Amino acid sequence: MSAPLSWNRLPRLAPRRVAKLAFRHDPLPPLEGAPSRLAYGEGRSYGDVCLNAGGLIMRTRGLDRLIAFDRATGRVTAEAGVTLDELLTFVVPQGWFLSVSPGTRFVTLGGAVANDVHGKNHHRAGSFGHHVSELEILRSDGQRLVCGPGQNPEWFAATVGGLGLTGLIASVTLDLAPIANACMVTEAKRFRSLDEFWALNAVAERDWPYTAAWIDCLSAQGRGLQLAARHAPAQANLPAKRSRPLAFPIDPPISLVNALSLRAFNALYYRQPLPKGPTLGRYEPYLYPLDALLNWNRIYGRRGFFQYQCVLPPEASRDGIAQLLRSISRRGSGSFLAVLKTFGAAASLGLLSFPRPGATLALDFPNQGASTQSLFVELDAIVADHGGALYPAKDARMPPPMFKRGFPAWEAFSKFIDPEFSSSFWRRVTEQ
Amino acid sequence: MARIAIFGATSAIAAATAREFCARGDHLFLIGRNPHKLRAVVKDLQVRKSGDQIVASASADLTARERHPALLDEAQRSLGGLDVVLIAQGSLPDQRACEASVEAALAEIDTNALSVISLATLAANLFERQRRGAIVVIGSVAGDRGRQSNYIYGAAKGMVAIFCQGLRNRLAKSGVTVTLIKPGFVDTPMTARFDKKGFLWAQPSAIGETIVRATARGADEVYAPAFWRVIMIVIRAIPERVIKRLKL
Repeated sequence: MSAPLSWNRLPRLAPRRVAKLAFRHDPLPPLEGAPSRLAYGEGRSYGDVCLNAGGLIMRTRGLDRLIAFDRATGRVTAEAGVTLDELLTFVVPQGWFLSVSPGTRFVTLGGAVANDVHGKNHHRAGSFGHHVSELEILRSDGQRLVCGPGQNPEWFAATVGGLGLTGLIASVTLDLAPIANACMVTEAKRFRSLDEFWALNAVAERDWPYTAAWIDCLSAQGRGLQLAARHAPAQANLPAKRSRPLAFPIDPPISLVNALSLRAFNALYYRQPLPKGPTLGRYEPYLYPLDALLNWNRIYGRRGFFQYQCVLPPEASRDGIAQLLRSISRRGSGSFLAVLKTFGAAASLGLLSFPRPGATLALDFPNQGASTQSLFVELDAIVADHGGALYPAKDARMPPPMFKRGFPAWEAFSKFIDPEFSSSFWRRVTEQ
Repeated sequence: MARIAIFGATSAIAAATAREFCARGDHLFLIGRNPHKLRAVVKDLQVRKSGDQIVASASADLTARERHPALLDEAQRSLGGLDVVLIAQGSLPDQRACEASVEAALAEIDTNALSVISLATLAANLFERQRRGAIVVIGSVAGDRGRQSNYIYGAAKGMVAIFCQGLRNRLAKSGVTVTLIKPGFVDTPMTARFDKKGFLWAQPSAIGETIVRATARGADEVYAPAFWRVIMIVIRAIPERVIKRLKL
């Protein structure tokens, strides 16, 4: 098989060996000369957090079994290679939903825990780790460690958001949220400036469990759409079943995302006719807009692309986000789906969790070599100035000092790293 | 709702097939050797099944052929009768080890052919008496022609194929179907030592879907995926004097 890649298809770091896990009771596969090992699920993180150059990659998709489900309480236990999509297919018809879901449902439970992912409902529900009641970790010395908020809590805090470094996450127990059906009530509102965004966002956070904004990163003033939603209450008339996702079939030799296509897309997206008031639809288009186009990452071509996601603390958010957007629009380079969202006050449970109070901005950029890198240097300076941090799950290039400042618990965390586990990301940001 | 016994149920192909059967609402009795693996597979199905579905199991080493009648009885008792028997146990031998050791070669023939023939014979007698039922056996494209790289495995699968032809012929008048599935390369733990590049490799879930469809329509011989039929027509057509010089 070809070497595992991360979702943005760079950096390309080949492991020495790939092993597939099939049963969670089996011992870990032998290193066979590899210096370290790392679990790899669906490869939906960006950059090198799921890569282990020269080491052993353990593919976890074979661990795809359910272990327990309590239909009355919504508590589910599953092996770590089960994807959120597989879990939703199973639990939605029974009236349950993920309490927290990232922007794609094609990630594994293990990956969701290891990156302590967040969703559009962070202001209400916190991050993924807040809904995990138990984890089973398999350490390289053969120990099976069970942890949760009330059991081995120090191991739990290290493993939630722990980038898969504390051992193999073998199984995950989650508390789901009840729903009446598979639909969501959504509402979209246009804003012409960042000031308007902050006003709309305050109202949306108060009134809606889910909210996030798409922002036109080419407009200096920061125009965009505020998209809010809630799970639909019980009702008689529901829209029909979901349609099958399309797949992007080829790797174009150059990125199809360029200044021209981006400007056209953003102008059209911003001006799309919006329904007056709330509308009813399936959950997929709201929560997982990009999942409708499988392999959308290929539109950026063979050279791949970068994600840049930062969080800025509340007091610095307004000024910092405005500065970041001004920098990006000056360059005329940016993403189709730039997302701006505010995190709630809930403190994350993981030592290395990314979500923290404030505002988060996520963007992708086609890889244009040195000019992209110099833009990042400029953005880094703004983020650092405002006391912010970058998201490890979406990073291929942050300088080590940036990581260490953004995640001051990294030294305390490193005591929990399994001696056989490592990743290209970890070696890069800790300069090993 | 069929009542289905699956032998070798922890193999990746059998487990994927069991999940498909379970989703259709069938009742299942699973037999596997390793109790840990069997428990994981059975637990998964028990969580997925609907309330009134039966998912039961027994752990057994199927090379102990004297246990076969009791296992089949237990499956019948547990499900209240049987409609389908899927025979999926197998191992992929180390060809070199089989060349060096007669014992190793015969042990592989035992696992991949004799235990299959034993179970299929017992199931055939049961189904012939009740004048209905489906016997489904996992063969292999390797059984279509001997090649130096795995002819012990190929010989065992070839024996199973000829056996199934005869059994099918015998049972046709009783309304009992005998389906031989011939998978090509499947990405499973059994094939972990291969470098799985290219389009020839299929996922166990796809093979599982094929098996469920083939079982439902009582097919005779089914290649999985279907394009292997064409590949094997070509492979079989190559004259022996040519093929013996090839590195296959």
